[in-house]
Amino acid sequence: MIANWPLLTIVTFLPLIGVTFLLMIRGDEDVVARNARNVALWVSGFTFVISLALVLNFDPNALGYQFEERAEWLPGTGISYHLGVDGVSLPFILLSTLLSPLAILASWKAITHRVREYMIAFLVLETMMIGMFASLDMLMFYLFFEGVLIPMFIIIGVWGGKRRVYAAFKFFLYTLLGSVLMLVCMLAMYIDAGTTDIPMLTAHSFAASMQTWLFLGFLASFAVKVPMWPVHTWLPDAHVEAPTAGSMILAGVLLKMGGYGFIRFSLPMFPLASEFFAPLIFALSVIAVIYTSLVALAQSDMKKLIAYSSVAHMGFVTIGIFTMTEQGVAGAMFQMISHGLVSAALFFCVGVVYDRLHTREISAYGGVAAVMPRYAVYFMFMMLASVGLPGTSGFVGEMLVLVGAWKASSWVAFFAATGLVLGAAYMLWLYRRVMFGKIVSAEVEGMERISRREVVIFAPLTVLVLWFGVYPASLLDVMAGSVQSILDSVAAGGAFVIAGR
Amino acid sequence: MFVFQMADIMPALPEIFLATVGLVLVLVAAYGGETPVNARRVTRLAMGGIAITLLLVLNSEQMVTSGFGGLFSADSFAGFMKILVCLGTFAALAMSVRSEGDDDINKPEYSLLVLLALVGMMLMISADNLMALYMGIELQSLPLYVVAAMRTNSLRSSEAGLKYFLLGALSSGLLLYGASLVYGVAGTTDFDGIALALAGQELPPVFIIGMVFMICGLAFKVSAAPFHMWTPDVYEGSPTIVTALFAIAPKVASIALLMRLTYGAFGGIADQWQQVLVAMSVASMVIGALGAIMQTDIKRMMAYSSIAHMGYATAGLAAGTLAGATGVMIYMTGYVFMGAGTFAIILLMRREEAEATRIADLKGLSRTHPMLAVGLLVMMFSMAGIPPLAGFFGKWYVFLAAVEAGLVPLAVIGVVTSVIGAFYYLRIIRLMYFDDTDTPLDPGIPVANRMVLGVSLAVILLFFAGLRSLLGAADTAAVALIMAR
Repeated sequence: MIANWPLLTIVTFLPLIGVTFLLMIRGDEDVVARNARNVALWVSGFTFVISLALVLNFDPNALGYQFEERAEWLPGTGISYHLGVDGVSLPFILLSTLLSPLAILASWKAITHRVREYMIAFLVLETMMIGMFASLDMLMFYLFFEGVLIPMFIIIGVWGGKRRVYAAFKFFLYTLLGSVLMLVCMLAMYIDAGTTDIPMLTAHSFAASMQTWLFLGFLASFAVKVPMWPVHTWLPDAHVEAPTAGSMILAGVLLKMGGYGFIRFSLPMFPLASEFFAPLIFALSVIAVIYTSLVALAQSDMKKLIAYSSVAHMGFVTIGIFTMTEQGVAGAMFQMISHGLVSAALFFCVGVVYDRLHTREISAYGGVAAVMPRYAVYFMFMMLASVGLPGTSGFVGEMLVLVGAWKASSWVAFFAATGLVLGAAYMLWLYRRVMFGKIVSAEVEGMERISRREVVIFAPLTVLVLWFGVYPASLLDVMAGSVQSILDSVAAGGAFVIAGR
Repeated sequence: MFVFQMADIMPALPEIFLATVGLVLVLVAAYGGETPVNARRVTRLAMGGIAITLLLVLNSEQMVTSGFGGLFSADSFAGFMKILVCLGTFAALAMSVRSEGDDDINKPEYSLLVLLALVGMMLMISADNLMALYMGIELQSLPLYVVAAMRTNSLRSSEAGLKYFLLGALSSGLLLYGASLVYGVAGTTDFDGIALALAGQELPPVFIIGMVFMICGLAFKVSAAPFHMWTPDVYEGSPTIVTALFAIAPKVASIALLMRLTYGAFGGIADQWQQVLVAMSVASMVIGALGAIMQTDIKRMMAYSSIAHMGYATAGLAAGTLAGATGVMIYMTGYVFMGAGTFAIILLMRREEAEATRIADLKGLSRTHPMLAVGLLVMMFSMAGIPPLAGFFGKWYVFLAAVEAGLVPLAVIGVVTSVIGAFYYLRIIRLMYFDDTDTPLDPGIPVANRMVLGVSLAVILLFFAGLRSLLGAADTAAVALIMAR
């Protein structure tokens, strides 16, 4: 019975219903704040529960899209309201619905002013994220893709740190500039194919010369989102200034929009151009992996360090995608999900100590492990997952990407592996400086142990990271069919156009 | 000798009705006296007149759309644009009602002049002949020159009025000169006749000169670059309520007239005027985006913003296709509501009973006036073209037409300038939300502003839902416009 419900529409727009509740709250500031927190948590939690129904009813062996919903929007113009998921988008939807309540929980105590507005921004953000992954219409995809900017701009700008204004502007304008170039390409695609329906566009073959331009336009947008070197500079600023929960969502979900875009649009729709530009992507990704790892080594701010490590990890993702091998693309997908969980947890780790000491300077810490032993365990686990320790989800993704990269080019694999070593270096060094050694100050000694609320946030992330590390097939099986069909359409698209010439 | 018939009256019924209301209001204004009470009475009556006119426009489904021997055309394109100008003018008049009475705007002649200007705008939209075109423009412009200088004790206002008048007269001159050359070549003043005369003919250079002069003259009215110089000064100097009017209604009428001229009279020679419009569009988008960055007064900023918006609209126009006309109409629909909503808030920027229209005066608005701040936030994001708001769909359709017509570089320049433009819209949001203030603006939101803001917000937020019917109406109107030739 449940299969007949418009599940995707419900999951996508349920958070907006929460927004209307939030708008109706009346009372003095304390009452509003308390109610707003509860409403937001319940709504996002409920959304997560409903999204579980998607997983339970998802058939990994079926071809094509599932839970498809189609309604007329602009009849006769090839633009419709079209939702659906496959093995590529489903994990991201789950990631979004999981991280949203956790992020709201993470800001329980940290956000004390304008709580209602904050929660509204978060719920709108959640709708935008889910909608983006669930859209099977290019125009709808773009609406959600860029709509994300509005709540995120507000979140960074209002509840951010000292340089929040600069960071918010940089984030917004950088991303917007990339997106509008993609928009022009979307217009060209719409004119060429006569539709914005993603499955139909995938089946449509664009002329080779056109593919080149379209690929570059989409690259402009996705490269900023991922972010790839050299357009990554907005990311450290945005992360450092955003509130903890903002960073969790930013690193956990928003960065994945770029990788998802590459898999959903660039590869299957512009196969020839993807082939042609793959070396460029490899070069940029390898530079990103090595360069940003080195930069991360030199950071004195914890959040900035983790932000740079995100850029390095996303470098692996882009390498994996453009190997265009089964292992590479599946590895990239796996790496994105894993990074979504791990980086959200790491940013929360920083948030935990920041809430207590109000500084992110590494030098202000030392000997934290002695004061907060349980926290040290969580932090260590996530740090090791980020490094790629076998048994954690980080290992599986990186391993698969390296296998795929080896097939494509041994040099790419070699340099990417170098990044792994550097990654281990900066993470372990960070951990040593913050956790071990003497307790540096009375403030550190006075830090409270982690609360139950914080454990509730860590626990699901830890369990999932471990689960996917030990039993990766549970995730890989979901993706396999869709990854294969995308690769098939890459191969078919390439062959078709060549034959056409 | 030309003789009137009933068949001529019916298409022009809304205009005739509105003009009659205007004449009656002259008497009301004259006999009622120069009191605020009478001013309010005239305003209310004018609003009632506009409302009825709007109904007449909405119900003007008739077989014969052309009247007065082809001078006047009341096709569905005219209907579409007239609804927009009537709504815009209605909103501007509604917000001009003030209970305190020491303002020059609180004179009965204000609403009267606005009403007459509206008749002019509607004539412009329906103009199907060079003579009707000129008559409409002048009927629209003359009352507006006066209302720009309405605040008689303000130097800025007088300066604005004078500047507007001089440059407006210059543009009328250009337009007339161009029209005379076009007439000289085509041998007729009728738009259809001109299109017919030009078909398949080798165009003499003097015609091209005339055509460019005409487009330039209209560009003044639209305030498209490089004929935009008057806009910032007039916007800043005029009383804010007048600026609100300028920003909304006359722009729509002028764009409509430009469309009638290019798609109608010059419809067969799109390749001749396309490059002129492309140049105008690029210049407007760039100057609008860059010029606004340095502004400190919100009215000046809105002037540059409107220049940029006209650039985007002209981008759709430059396509010269059916899709282009549809795109411009969708863009202008969003523009009217964005303008009305934004000015509903700018009008409330007062501190201790004096206008406070510096951009910095918006600091901390989200604390002191949360509802206004949310409203302005939506307006600004919409103007920046961020989905899923109205501004985005306008841009989508005009650039769609531009790309389809092969004007890809124009579309690229357009979207890049929209990113630059986003910077100054974001700056307003930043002041409202990221900053704090200890000198709040005056409290209280009059009902009229509340209504205008509410309706505008609803339209902009739910634009995607109504897009289907809007697209249908705009398509029909575009077909009517192009078939007219």
